[in-house]
Amino acid sequence: MVTVKVEGDKKEHKVLLYALSTCGWCKKTKELLKDNKVCFEYIDVDLLKADERKTILEDIHKRNVPIGFPVIIVDDTKVISGYQPEKIKEAIGL
Amino acid sequence: MNSDQKFLNDLIEGLKTNEERFGYPSCPCRLGTGVYEQDRDIICPCDYRDPDVLEYGVCYCSFFVNKKLFEAGQSIPIPERRPIEKSFPELNKKEVEEKLPELKTTERKLFYCKQCGYTVFREEPPYICPICKAKKEYFSEINLSILLKSK
Repeated sequence: MVTVKVEGDKKEHKVLLYALSTCGWCKKTKELLKDNKVCFEYIDVDLLKADERKTILEDIHKRNVPIGFPVIIVDDTKVISGYQPEKIKEAIGL
Repeated sequence: MNSDQKFLNDLIEGLKTNEERFGYPSCPCRLGTGVYEQDRDIICPCDYRDPDVLEYGVCYCSFFVNKKLFEAGQSIPIPERRPIEKSFPELNKKEVEEKLPELKTTERKLFYCKQCGYTVFREEPPYICPICKAKKEYFSEINLSILLKSK
C-alpha cells in the first residue's frame, strides 16, 4: 500500500488522509494541510490494488462515516468525512 | 458548470484520467471500479446530479452548479447521495439491511418534455431539458397501457 508522507512543522497529531488522486475536494484538503504546515500522510485510494482498496473501504465503514472522500483521521480516533475546513482545523488544533 | 477556473480544471483533469483508465468519465470524486455496470450511476453526468443541484445548488464533485452559485463563484461540499451498496458492493448485504432499514428502492419512470418531446427513463424528470432548455415543470410522465387484442 502506497502511503505518501508530507513533511510539516506541526507534528502534534497523527493525521492520515484517505483521498482520491482525481478528486478536487481531496486536493483542497491536501492544500489546506500543506498551507498550514501540518505533517500528514495520505493514501490515494483509487491508485491502490483491488484488495487494498477493499481494506480501506472496510476501515472507513468501521469508523461509522459515509463512504466518500476525503476522509481525515486524526490520532486514529477523530474522523472527518468530506472537505470541512473548520472541523479539520479544530481537530488538529489550528 | 463551476465558475472557479482552477477547481474546474482539476475536475476536468480528473474526468480525463478516469476516461483514460476506465474507458468512461466516472465521477472524479468517487471511487470508480472500472466495471461499467458497477459505475454506470456515477458516469458524468451522474444519476445524482439533478436531485443534488435541486437540493443544494451543486452536484457532489461540484462540476455542475446552479445559476445562483455560479454567479456567486461559490461551491460547497455536499453529502453523498449514492447508496452505500453501490459505493461498497462488497459490504455484506445483510449488514446493509440491518444498518440502514430506511433505505428504499426507487422506481424509474418515463418522462417526456412537452416542449420538444425529449424522453428520459429516470426517477424524476431532469432539472432542465438538455435539448430545448425547458424547465422540469414542462416534463410529463408517460403512462403506458397495452391493449391486447384477441385473434
